[in-house]
Amino acid sequence: MDMNQYLDMFIEESKEHLQAINANLLLLESDPGNIGHVKEIFRSAHTLKGMSATMGFEDMASLTHEAENVLDLIRNQKLTITSDIMDAIFQSVDLIEGMVIDITEGGDGSADVSAIVKKLRAIVAGDFSAEQEVAATTMTVEAPQEESTPAEDHELDDYAMMVLKQSQELGNNVLWIKVTLNENCMLKAARSYMVFDQLESMGEVIKTKPAVEDIENERFEQSFEIAYVTEQSIEKVRNTILNISEIQDVTIETIQLKSEAPPAPVVQQAPASAEKGAAEAPQAPVKKATAGGKTIRVDIERLDILMNLFSELVIDRGRLEQLAREIGKNELQETVEHMSRISGDLQNIILTMRMVPVEQVFNRFPRMIRDLQKDLNKKVHLEIIGAETELDRTVIDEIGDPLNHLLRNSLDHGIESPADRKKAGKPEEGKIELRAFHSGNHVFIEVKDDGAGINKDKVLKKALERGIVNPAIADSMSDKQIHELLFAAGFSTAEVVSDISGRGVGLDVVKSKIESLGGSVGVDSVRGQGTTFLIQLPLTLSIISAMLVQVKDEKYAVPLSSIIETAVFKKEQIMMAHRQKVIDFRGRVVPLVSLQDIFQVPDNGETMEDEVAVVIVRKGEKMAGLVVDSFIGQQEIVLKSLGKYLVNVFAISGATILGDGQVALIIDCNSLIK
Amino acid sequence: MLDQKEVISEVKVIVFRLKDEEYGVEVHQVKSIEKLEHITRVPRTPSFVKGVINLRGVVTPIIDLRNRFSLEESIYSEATRIIIVAVGELEVGLIVDAANDVIDIPVDAIEPPPEVVGGVEAAYLRGVAKLDKRLLILLNLDKVLSTEEIKQLDAIEG
Repeated sequence: MDMNQYLDMFIEESKEHLQAINANLLLLESDPGNIGHVKEIFRSAHTLKGMSATMGFEDMASLTHEAENVLDLIRNQKLTITSDIMDAIFQSVDLIEGMVIDITEGGDGSADVSAIVKKLRAIVAGDFSAEQEVAATTMTVEAPQEESTPAEDHELDDYAMMVLKQSQELGNNVLWIKVTLNENCMLKAARSYMVFDQLESMGEVIKTKPAVEDIENERFEQSFEIAYVTEQSIEKVRNTILNISEIQDVTIETIQLKSEAPPAPVVQQAPASAEKGAAEAPQAPVKKATAGGKTIRVDIERLDILMNLFSELVIDRGRLEQLAREIGKNELQETVEHMSRISGDLQNIILTMRMVPVEQVFNRFPRMIRDLQKDLNKKVHLEIIGAETELDRTVIDEIGDPLNHLLRNSLDHGIESPADRKKAGKPEEGKIELRAFHSGNHVFIEVKDDGAGINKDKVLKKALERGIVNPAIADSMSDKQIHELLFAAGFSTAEVVSDISGRGVGLDVVKSKIESLGGSVGVDSVRGQGTTFLIQLPLTLSIISAMLVQVKDEKYAVPLSSIIETAVFKKEQIMMAHRQKVIDFRGRVVPLVSLQDIFQVPDNGETMEDEVAVVIVRKGEKMAGLVVDSFIGQQEIVLKSLGKYLVNVFAISGATILGDGQVALIIDCNSLIK
Repeated sequence: MLDQKEVISEVKVIVFRLKDEEYGVEVHQVKSIEKLEHITRVPRTPSFVKGVINLRGVVTPIIDLRNRFSLEESIYSEATRIIIVAVGELEVGLIVDAANDVIDIPVDAIEPPPEVVGGVEAAYLRGVAKLDKRLLILLNLDKVLSTEEIKQLDAIEG
């Protein structure tokens, strides 16, 4: 059978389950007594096992199987969690993650799992009561139903239980049916389909073993089992099934529900214990789905196409608005206005559709920090705040690495060793805070540690040694300027190159990555108290609000996000300071930048008026006034790149297409403010 | 077999005029030929970069070939065309005096370029093709569109 069509789904779901396992493992580590976490982990592991076996990734299946055995013991409280066991499980998860990555990249997901399998078996074997399971572990992956579980555990999961119980209260028969097909049955899937078809005409199928998908794909031997609710008698059901050809045998028993009857007797053979596996395998994804309301999976590419098409529409909208103004016919203008409003709403929906919570990225950090602090012998608590903050998908995809780098940096260079912390009168356990929040058109992500802070002298010394700073100005540098040196290319303060953050890539890579996303990063530090990195990111990368301005015959777009205000000043209000034109803007002296001079705009012969139009823009704390001829107005613009030929154009971040079909350049205010 | 041989032995080129000479670029590198339309100037770029145009929704940079080859600039006329070429990931428009012909030239008619032809340095040329009485100069677009010079200029100005 061709599995390719399922591969994407497999990869996606594997990642989700691994994420869930990781998250729950961390919860478990901090709260070892809570069996609920183990159950969650077990569910995910079980699903993973089933999926990987179905897809034919045997190494992954066998590894998850072994891990599952250990989890099973813990779950049934036959085994107490120790840090060794936790590590072994973490290791297994790492291996599985590696396999999934391999599969994603087109590999076959094979890996050497023998060492870890041995370890897991040893853990299982270490417990006397678990000897039986050890025997089970030597069996093939294809036989998940071989696990023996205690009686109280072979029940169906809560949801199925509830359905069954309610059905029984209504006087229905609650049955466990095992259907065995003829040995020479050729079309097993078709036969089983007929069985389901018949059963569903008389009642309701609650659960199947193996899962429905597996049955449809003939992933079962000769028999399958069904939990079934019906008003009909057992005999009627039996006869109905037996009427279908190529059915060898049907066994039907009534399911004993816990609340009504004493627990069913311990059954060693397949049916009873298999129930559990069947119930849990499909349960994990279902639970995930219900947590987030009704959702569907959409191919990202389709969203991108939608976005591109919409961008075209935005350009035409601009054109229509302009035409309607020129023609000046009321009805036309009203219609266009209405259309603009609707497309504005549409734009919001499309943009929010592409938004995903940063949680997706943040999720993997607790695990990383946990491993790292062990390696570094440091104690750190990672606190994540605002994981629900949403960002455009494209930004999310890119932000992981820079954040990873900053966190590693904080742990490696920021947080001191427990001994040093004690000496400094701080609690032994350090704290790193990862916080995301919205503000205006931006999302901010803050990485804050309570470590030693930046050693200015050391930074400056290193910068001088590496020739990053001119010795002449070194003395006059402000704290902030020195801190910014961390982002300079070729800078790294770690005296020993560790494999944590000193891997030859410095914070300059982080900075350039974030800037390429249209964001910015800054650092603030108080010696002895800690360091804070603040990343500012745009909400979206494709459509922005901008102010269009006219400079002589040319039009430019200034992103609204960097504009504080537009104002008109009288010529005599312009003052000179250090041969630089400045104005007094609300009590602050703001330097003026003439776009005509900066961009060498050809003169069109028109004379300057007595007043100058100024766009006040800011970069962080600093401000500047861009002198233009006139303001055209505010507009939504679609960001377009200038292409690969024109790279690093000074003070231009891109281009956009205006309503009249012409191209206008977008001004990069950041590079105009020094 | 015969067909294949013919394919190998001929190249199809778009012929355009620049000053008094005829030039050719291989047809597979040409995406389209456009009439001159409004060009948005991009400040602080080399003088041969005339700016960008909106080419069916794609912002495309335009360079003036006369200026690129340091020939004297002329006033654009009705005949002036923009040849949109694609080399690797680059897509650039070239302003030429006129573009009006597509011809097949036999490969063996192409000779290595002399030092300077019509004032254009040999580095920008792939060769010269002699066809009856016509002399066709074939451009090496990789070199013509090299971004090295833009970066160098950037460094000097910056």
